[in-house]
Amino acid sequence: MNPFGTLLLRDLKLAARSGGGAALALSFFALVATLVPLGVGADLKLLARVAGGILWVAAVLSALLSLDRLFQGDFEDGSLEVIALSPLALEMTALAKIMAHWLSTGLPLTLLSPVLALLFNLDVAPTVTLFLSLLIGTPAVSAVGAIGASLTLSLKRGGLILPLIILPLLAPAVIFGAGAVRLVLDGMGSGSALGLLAAFSFGAVLLSPFAAAASVRLNLGG
Amino acid sequence: MQFLFRYANPHNFMRLSGAVLPFTAIGAALALIAGLYLSFSVPPDYQQGRTVTIFFIHVPAATMAMGTYIAIALCSLLSLVWRHPLSDTAARAAAPLGAMFTALGLITGALWGKPMWGTYWVWDARLTSFLLLLFIYFGYMALWSAIEDEAKAARAAAILALVGAVNIPIIKYSVDWWNTLHQGSTVTAFKMAAVYYPPFFTMLLAYSLLFATLWMIRIRTAIVERRARNLMQGAAA
Repeated sequence: MNPFGTLLLRDLKLAARSGGGAALALSFFALVATLVPLGVGADLKLLARVAGGILWVAAVLSALLSLDRLFQGDFEDGSLEVIALSPLALEMTALAKIMAHWLSTGLPLTLLSPVLALLFNLDVAPTVTLFLSLLIGTPAVSAVGAIGASLTLSLKRGGLILPLIILPLLAPAVIFGAGAVRLVLDGMGSGSALGLLAAFSFGAVLLSPFAAAASVRLNLGG
Repeated sequence: MQFLFRYANPHNFMRLSGAVLPFTAIGAALALIAGLYLSFSVPPDYQQGRTVTIFFIHVPAATMAMGTYIAIALCSLLSLVWRHPLSDTAARAAAPLGAMFTALGLITGALWGKPMWGTYWVWDARLTSFLLLLFIYFGYMALWSAIEDEAKAARAAAILALVGAVNIPIIKYSVDWWNTLHQGSTVTAFKMAAVYYPPFFTMLLAYSLLFATLWMIRIRTAIVERRARNLMQGAAA
């Protein structure tokens, strides 16, 4: 088996078997969505109006939960150095970790989103748009998050500084993702927003492995 | 390039900046006095009235806020690609100044917004992207101070600064797009009358000189601090 696939599979297994990574993020996602009506009231019209934004913000925050461990566990037990010595380029290692993170959080969050959209009284058309926007946009969350995770991997309390670093950089994903849902609610096409979101996501997935690899290298090199 | 590296040596930098510093400091003070005097003596705008004075404090702050980020990004590039030793110190020293200019831009914007728009804060595209810029500055400074090993902190911060430099235009664009989604811009184009140019450019000069002065002082302080630390370590060993 090729090294990229091996690493991807290993990270997926680790995510599944240690502390139930996906289940934790999903429960958090659902919990935030449950608290919102308690905060803003049970007006179904209002809830449908804000659903896109709330679920997008909640999805980003849920994906953040497991991000700080993206490189940290491997760094602490030394396996990151062994992986760095393997023939796999560090950029591809970063890409494999981004993909593993997305498959274990971004994708499950996306799959759960229609159920939560139901609780927010969202119609079928905007629900489909929300689903598509999360499907397109959550890889960007994992990719930009990987930069933050690699920059903070040697910090004991990196989990605190990580959101401060990456949340401002993720503003475009939230804007285009939630914007697509709002466009549909207003009876307009969501193509422009989804297209821009796809562009942002592609760019992030394409470029962030380089930034993440550079900062992993500096943390290993000393 | 060679010119830049001549002052990479902290000793050369200390000598040059020590000679330049009094001039920029006095220049900043004079320009600030002249600029403030001019700002308060212009005739009131036919629409904005007396509040036009805020413009001369607000816009240069916003310009400097963005300019400082560009300076940090360039320093970071110098440090990552050419290992220019002083540029890390320069980038770190500039960050709090940039954050201060951003905060000043936001505060004066809010004070201006109250009489103009009737509210301190509107989710206008420009205000929103500036708020995000402030958080980017905070994240950059937090990363610097969180990593103990100074060489590692410098390179990590440089990577973050460059990632931010790529992302800031995208954020700016996306916020503009978001703002036009539901409502047209509430800010009408501000076409300036000729009388408003002298105070504006004087204030811009004052801000630039002030930035140069504070930046040099901060870099010098960092250099002296490092020397003192090295001396103390030498004495202990």
